[in-house]
Amino acid sequence: MLIFEHAHPGRRAHAQAPYDAPAADDLPAELLRQNPPLLPETSELDVVRHYTRLSQKNFSIDTQFYPLGSCTMKYNPRACNSLAMLPQFLARHPLADVETGQGFLVSMYELQEMLKEVTGMAAVSMAPMAGAHGEFAGVAMIRAYHDARGDTARREIICPDAAHGTNPATASMCGYTVREIPTDRQGNVDLEALRAAVGPQTAGLMLTNPSTLGVFEQSIVEIQKIVHAAGGLSYYDGANLNAILGRVRPGDMGFDVIHMNLHKTFSTPHGGGGPGAGPVGVSERLKPFLPIPYVLEDRGFHRWAEEGDCPQSIGRLSTFGGNMGVLLRAWVYARMLGGQGMHRVAEFAALNANYLAAELKKAGFDLAFPERRASHEFIVTLKKLKDATGISAMDFAKRLLDYGFHAPTTYFPMLVPECLLIEPTETESRETLDAFVTAMVKVRDEAQLEPELVKGAPHTLPVRRLDDVKAARELDLTWKPV
Amino acid sequence: MPFIPHTEADIAAMLDSIGAPSLDALFDEIPADLNCAGLKGVPAGLSEMAVTRLMHARAAQDGFYSSFIGAGAYEHHIPAAVWQIVTRGEFYSAYTPYQAEASQGTLQLLYEYQTMMASLTGLDVSNASLYDGASALAEAVLMAVRANKAGVRRVLLPDTVHPRYRAVVQATVKHQGIELVSVAFDQATGLTDLAVLEALAGTPAAALVIPQPNFFGALEPVDVLTDWAHAHGMLAIAVANPLSLALLKAPGQWGSLSPSPSPGGGGELRAPLRGGVPAGVDICVGDGQPLGVPLSSGGPYFGFMTARQALVRQMPGRIVGRTVDLDGKPGFALTLQAREQHIRRSKATSNICTNQGLLVTAATIHMSLMGPEGLKNVALAAHANTRALLDKLLSLAGVERVFNVPFFHEAVIRVNTPVPDVLRALRAQGILGGHDLGRDYPELAGCILICATETKTEDDLEQYRQQLERILSRRNGREPGVPPCAYK
Repeated sequence: MLIFEHAHPGRRAHAQAPYDAPAADDLPAELLRQNPPLLPETSELDVVRHYTRLSQKNFSIDTQFYPLGSCTMKYNPRACNSLAMLPQFLARHPLADVETGQGFLVSMYELQEMLKEVTGMAAVSMAPMAGAHGEFAGVAMIRAYHDARGDTARREIICPDAAHGTNPATASMCGYTVREIPTDRQGNVDLEALRAAVGPQTAGLMLTNPSTLGVFEQSIVEIQKIVHAAGGLSYYDGANLNAILGRVRPGDMGFDVIHMNLHKTFSTPHGGGGPGAGPVGVSERLKPFLPIPYVLEDRGFHRWAEEGDCPQSIGRLSTFGGNMGVLLRAWVYARMLGGQGMHRVAEFAALNANYLAAELKKAGFDLAFPERRASHEFIVTLKKLKDATGISAMDFAKRLLDYGFHAPTTYFPMLVPECLLIEPTETESRETLDAFVTAMVKVRDEAQLEPELVKGAPHTLPVRRLDDVKAARELDLTWKPV
Repeated sequence: MPFIPHTEADIAAMLDSIGAPSLDALFDEIPADLNCAGLKGVPAGLSEMAVTRLMHARAAQDGFYSSFIGAGAYEHHIPAAVWQIVTRGEFYSAYTPYQAEASQGTLQLLYEYQTMMASLTGLDVSNASLYDGASALAEAVLMAVRANKAGVRRVLLPDTVHPRYRAVVQATVKHQGIELVSVAFDQATGLTDLAVLEALAGTPAAALVIPQPNFFGALEPVDVLTDWAHAHGMLAIAVANPLSLALLKAPGQWGSLSPSPSPGGGGELRAPLRGGVPAGVDICVGDGQPLGVPLSSGGPYFGFMTARQALVRQMPGRIVGRTVDLDGKPGFALTLQAREQHIRRSKATSNICTNQGLLVTAATIHMSLMGPEGLKNVALAAHANTRALLDKLLSLAGVERVFNVPFFHEAVIRVNTPVPDVLRALRAQGILGGHDLGRDYPELAGCILICATETKTEDDLEQYRQQLERILSRRNGREPGVPPCAYK
């Protein structure tokens, strides 16, 4: 039942809005609305009950294991939320003078400095509001760098075929064409193909490491050198930073720019789709181009860098500087972890991933790269099962939902047929991982014995499998009163 | 170990299962010379108690002010229920609803949100959010250029649009060879200068951007501007404050060719084509912050975007559709995903992936609690407060009105004392007196953009008046001549 169907004309949440407001008799009639918008007329209890019940139809980290590869669904500590929502922080207007927000700004500055240390980069701006936004900032800086040198023939960005879709989409938004290069059988970038691809047209390379295949690029330094030798810059997609936190740093590997997903590595909530935060770190030569604002410190006083401070900046990416409340949550998380805690994140993310991979392998599942160490995630391929039973990775994933586990990422990366990309994260216990293995085995047994059960899954959720084709063909995007 | 549940026994057993001698061995594929051996520059970890103490001290240091700043972010009452429900783990810690069957809560809420936004703006379809108002406008500009069949890569962007929005649009679209043409405003009215616009009539453009209210709070002649855009073969892109739309004409109704609306509200009211020229804007964007999102130093907020049905395949971002499951039972799923980066890659309508879902959750609950009447009353109360404040301040010597035109809950005054000095002196009294317009518009040096929402009491307004009076009289070498109670 939709909220609109709970509505009754004349009903209101009486405590929430001014009851009698003075008429706007100063406004010309032709500018006024004549019909009320279609908002529900409901009581406060109706609304609370409706949305509480809706929430209960969701899987979430707080209620289920969520081994969603490439998404880093780790526990979101509650303190991060409650401290970011202290009333003084919530009440502060973005255009209030910096003198009124030194407590807030020093926290932003400290986070910026910690992210510099984590990535080994020369400078960080926290302006981008999501991973793809950080990618945009990074590639725009690469372009600004080449343009500032008059090196305008560089019009191509190289992406491995295993890259997230945001990489090529970002390159397009920055006016570049995309050249894809293949991955070798070990899951590494094909170095020969890379050597053949670079040239005077190369603006840069975008590389995710550990890759979306869940393995560390062993030739990472060489890759970066090939690109630099051709005059291009190197972009490190930090989507999978959780696996290397405190272990290796993109700055030490010679990269020019990196974005981080704080809603992954720094445990800010995914919120059913967002908000995120996608800070960018840069090498010395890209520093002048950083997006604004970022925090400047002068003898203990903190303020935002603005247009006048950095005339070569790629500019502003948001009205007021970014997802500040997300950054505050990341600051709390970073302070609770400390340097040692961050180091442990990578250790235990790797321990959980490798343990789960080992246990699934022992249980007879095929790993896509069995001879490689898993980083923070790994891929199981169900190709053989599909061939034998007709049960696809999608069917398998849907049946896992019935056992109370969120499905792993399916059909990404596209290089591996019938793949499940599995990322347990460091916050899950061994018992949870063992229970997941048990469920995986059970679903495989069902696939062989009762394939219809799996094909028809899920059976225990609020809805069964949905008709995506109908959704796209007979578009129903808004409710209409009967 | 914060947030890591492993015991020593777990670690030993798990390493044994893997066949690795140590945790370090799990990283043996990483070239050894890259190992940075920890993060010495990150301070040691703190307990929750210690970090709480530190954060409370910082919050207390920042304190509270009586704020009269608007300029794109507005202080409104947010019902307690909104964020208590938003921060339920099932909403807060859920992922993007790609697994539809395990995400019906988020998906249904988004469908309800799309319905509310389409109706509020008077258009057919809504996406599930963009980052913020400025980035939503940038996406609308890209969308209008994509939709232009003649390949015109030029958009008219008036100077009355929020300066930060214009900066973000510029930073976002410049790499794609799109030209942004500014349109000056009439210095007497603060409205888009129609004569300047008319001079651009011969310049082909894909769209005209129309802010309502504009950055100065002034109400633009939206019917004229919408018709002008359409008459010159351009799309009309509205930039609106969503709260104002509870009171002001919906962008889907702008234009003199609008039919008279029928009762019932809703997106179905979109005006039909008339003689080949459609009434109503084609795309509406804005910042959803006034709908239940706290100020929070600037974010996270969310950008909204609605459009006519014909443009739905050009839209960026996620869209939710209603469909049925295997048993024919209604349910919800992400749809038209072939527009998006994870499918279309370099040919996607945008690179956006993560959006501002949790803020949309807040806005949907907020709008449900407010209802059509409540939201309108908030708009009216805020507008009445700004009018009252304006009257009080204009009674002072040294304060005058700028742009004597109809406005919504935000207006411009000029003071005869340098604005930075005035605002600093007010701040010392705990008052944030408004936004200094001279920072972005040199011709408006001396001008302050003021806003008093429904959260301000008569006493708050009076405090502002008294303090400003004291400051201006002192600066102008006079003693305060009027006792506080002698207002009018």
